[in-house]
Amino acid sequence: MTLAIEDLEGIAKIEKERQEGFRHRINVCIAAGCLSCQSGLVREALEKEVGRRGMENWCLVKGVGCLGLCAAGPLISVEPDGVYYQGVTVSDVSEILDSLGGSPIGRLHCPAQSPFFTRQHRIVTENCGKIDPERIEDYIAERGYEALYTVLRSMTPGEVIEQVVASGMRGRGGAGFPSGLKWTAVSKAVNNTKFVICNADEGDPGAFMDRSVLESDPHRVIEGMAIAAYAVGARHGYVYVRAEYPLAVKRVRTAIAQAERLGVLGSGIFNTRFDFKIEVRLGAGAFVCGEETALIASIEGRLGRPRPRPPFPAEFGLWGCPTLINNVETLANIPPIVRNGGRWLAGIGTEKSKGTKVFALAGRVNNTGLIEVPMGTILRDIVFDIGGGIPEGRQFKAVQTGGPSGGCIPEQHLDMPVDYESLAAVGSIMGSGGMIIMDDASCMVDVAQFFMEFCMSESCGKCVPCRVGTTQIYHLLRKITNGTGKPSDLAMLEELCDLVKNTSLCGLGQTAPNPVISTLRYFRNEYLEHIDDKTCQAGACKIGSVREAL
Amino acid sequence: MNRVRIATTWLDGCSGCHMSFLDMDETLAAVADRIEIVYGPLVDAKEFPDGVDVTLVEGAVGNAHDREELERIRERTHILISFGDCAVTANVPAMRNQFKLQDVLKRGYVDNVSHHPAVPDAGVPKLLERVRPLHEFVAVDLFLPGCPPPSEAILLALTDLLEGRTPEVQGKTRFGA
Amino acid sequence: MTTPSYTPDPTPYVRRDVNPVRILTFTIDGRDVSAREDETILSVARQNGIFIPTLCHLDGLSERGACRLCIVEVKGAPKLLPSCVTLPRQDMEVTTNSDRVADYRRKILELMYSERNHVCSVCVSNGHCELQNLSVVLGMTHVRYDYIYPKHAIDASHERFSVDHNRCVLCQRCVRVCDEIEGAHTWDVMGRGITSRVITDLNQPWGSSETCTGCGKCVQVCPTGALSEKGKSVAEMIKRRQFLPYLQMMRREGRRAVAEGIR
Repeated sequence: MTLAIEDLEGIAKIEKERQEGFRHRINVCIAAGCLSCQSGLVREALEKEVGRRGMENWCLVKGVGCLGLCAAGPLISVEPDGVYYQGVTVSDVSEILDSLGGSPIGRLHCPAQSPFFTRQHRIVTENCGKIDPERIEDYIAERGYEALYTVLRSMTPGEVIEQVVASGMRGRGGAGFPSGLKWTAVSKAVNNTKFVICNADEGDPGAFMDRSVLESDPHRVIEGMAIAAYAVGARHGYVYVRAEYPLAVKRVRTAIAQAERLGVLGSGIFNTRFDFKIEVRLGAGAFVCGEETALIASIEGRLGRPRPRPPFPAEFGLWGCPTLINNVETLANIPPIVRNGGRWLAGIGTEKSKGTKVFALAGRVNNTGLIEVPMGTILRDIVFDIGGGIPEGRQFKAVQTGGPSGGCIPEQHLDMPVDYESLAAVGSIMGSGGMIIMDDASCMVDVAQFFMEFCMSESCGKCVPCRVGTTQIYHLLRKITNGTGKPSDLAMLEELCDLVKNTSLCGLGQTAPNPVISTLRYFRNEYLEHIDDKTCQAGACKIGSVREAL
Repeated sequence: MNRVRIATTWLDGCSGCHMSFLDMDETLAAVADRIEIVYGPLVDAKEFPDGVDVTLVEGAVGNAHDREELERIRERTHILISFGDCAVTANVPAMRNQFKLQDVLKRGYVDNVSHHPAVPDAGVPKLLERVRPLHEFVAVDLFLPGCPPPSEAILLALTDLLEGRTPEVQGKTRFGA
Repeated sequence: MTTPSYTPDPTPYVRRDVNPVRILTFTIDGRDVSAREDETILSVARQNGIFIPTLCHLDGLSERGACRLCIVEVKGAPKLLPSCVTLPRQDMEVTTNSDRVADYRRKILELMYSERNHVCSVCVSNGHCELQNLSVVLGMTHVRYDYIYPKHAIDASHERFSVDHNRCVLCQRCVRVCDEIEGAHTWDVMGRGITSRVITDLNQPWGSSETCTGCGKCVQVCPTGALSEKGKSVAEMIKRRQFLPYLQMMRREGRRAVAEGIR
């Protein structure tokens, strides 16, 4: 079966008409965040009540992806009124249905005009909270797979890559390698067999961008992969997703099955000679498998351990074949780039960081959740406007970006734009987009210790500096936080950080010391307090017993 | 000419390094008129004296007494040499570090004893939780690894020091025997 | 469950990004050297009598680039590169023994010593241990990092050999020789990070391993006293590795014969 553009348009039209046929549409967030606070029950109750009242024909209850403001879940939105409700419970269901068409319920109301919603610029997450992630028709109704059709029917692979190059987009997985360059490299590699891999092994503590995108809009990633495959000349794709994301896994699998059934994946897609198949591979919970060579080893069925590069996967990847590995968010940017042209994306963001970035706000901030902002947005605006500031009137202390590979950014740097270069200049990294906000109740030595413990237990153990070095750093930090640190330990910490950073085999080890280096840079006084005065101002470290013993 | 005041001592060790020291044999006689051994198992002095130029410390730090002794030596010595593997790495004494101290004591004084099994608590220094090398407690000026360090290496270190040179012992001694 | 979309070629992969015919010239420590494009910096350095310390590398086994002792500086490269896996490029300028590199190597060696319980004086490999020799060569006289003192067992269940995890540096030579040369793949690694450990079969006692052929190659390639032959004194426990270059040569000849026969 082959699909023509008319078929796509037909599906979109039917779906649009179907949805618009309902006078009221209630969108219930069914991404993991809201599901964990029982949005599933709310949805069921709504459906039941709609049925009981006989409203099925003019009121649609739809499960949708992440609405963003996870702190206020379960979230629902009512269309076409554009009303958001937060913290909805089963007992609110009748009231919500009563209020349809009337004035919104004040006590549940979540202001859609708040900066959290208005200051965002949604490209990757444009469909999140809008479409039903388990229905391909809903995605097609939002111009889904149109980009793939355009690419296959009217563009050469070279032209597709040109658009990605023109967009200036850099990889969203962490290192910020220019995506166009990567695509060009893989496309130039000479081999009949090539692969496209979607890296969805999101492992940073406090990061949930990729999970949310996969849970809310899986088809976008599949479409991005198919376009990438066409551009570089691959016919096989893998989605490598961690098993800790069962919902994302389920939705991706559903989406792949739907796409295959419809013919947008498989053989002779859109009546061309392009074949593309996607398989899902589950990661068994190793952080290091987000590193591309370890990820490849894991897909091959070997121990998930990195190997030295070069050769890079672009020339020697999965089973020795040229392989394009892109992060979920990078691939999710591809369909809009094709639809609107690379220059369109290049018009968003800063000079060297193009487009938008999805961040997961977590920690001590009012609006924890998922946001998407243009590159170059001022960090202070993210924390205080969009994030809504620090709860309980406490004092802001630092924001941690980039997960275990990133650094802590203190108050004095809050007015910087968030882009790859600026973050690097203050000793952090963009990373995959985790942003953990800390207030004065957080002890920065304790934070460094947390991340170092993470790196220590996630080190694969292959190379010596990372395996033993992270352990030694962790032991030193533990000494400092339990009050037995010596003044000379700081110099030793710095020495070990330098060693691990410069001699480790892969990115995990090379960046593992960053949280320690950045906290030593900005919060050295806290280290000194722990060592000299045996006190922890934040009260996070338990060094009281040691003080008594002294 | 003032003789260089040298002391030797052993903490948690087997005295093997001292045997190697004595193994310098007649070469010891060659430097004998330039040095004076002021303290150690080889001479009869009860108290570690002040103003010692060079002290060779054999053995690891395994108990409270070792620790006090080492700290006193550091105060009163110009150049402190970590003498042999036990001093440098904690070596064999540190093999108990894999176990809890109570388990070690129980094994030694209770489990394997047929008469009056009891952990002694008076008249013996308190064992530290872990046996540690010297440099984890005090600053060390020169490391002479080896189990024991060969007498040639000891002689070389001493002669270099007597001549006012920084001893270069690389390749002359190593960890282990 | 859908059928896999791709079935990999079972033959071992060959690096296609190098051209083994082309010869290039570059410099190591200021000396002009020449190399085939598929030779590593380490191997070219050794051909020219330039010493680069190694531990996980062993001629005849695949490279891992994991011990990081063979790191070298390459002019223009921001990172230090492991010479055992880095291929030279035309006009590359390699420095093998700068102060910076020597300093890092010493520190890495210190980390190795701090990781397990290396008690050289009572080790079966005392006197012919590569780790012990490295401490002399690199001028490492003491370990400044705190020793970790992990608790590790000894598995002496095998009839002829024993494994003492206290002396293991996780170089994985045993794993590689067993897999690549003997073809048994009895050895592998379990756990990760600091808790990694070499195991036989699925972490069963070596003596009850059904895959172990008892060839002893693992013992011979082990750089330390982690793997040893039972009943041998310290003086006798010298590792014999002559079989590796020999097998390498035989296999090369065999491959050539097959290729020529086909032609």
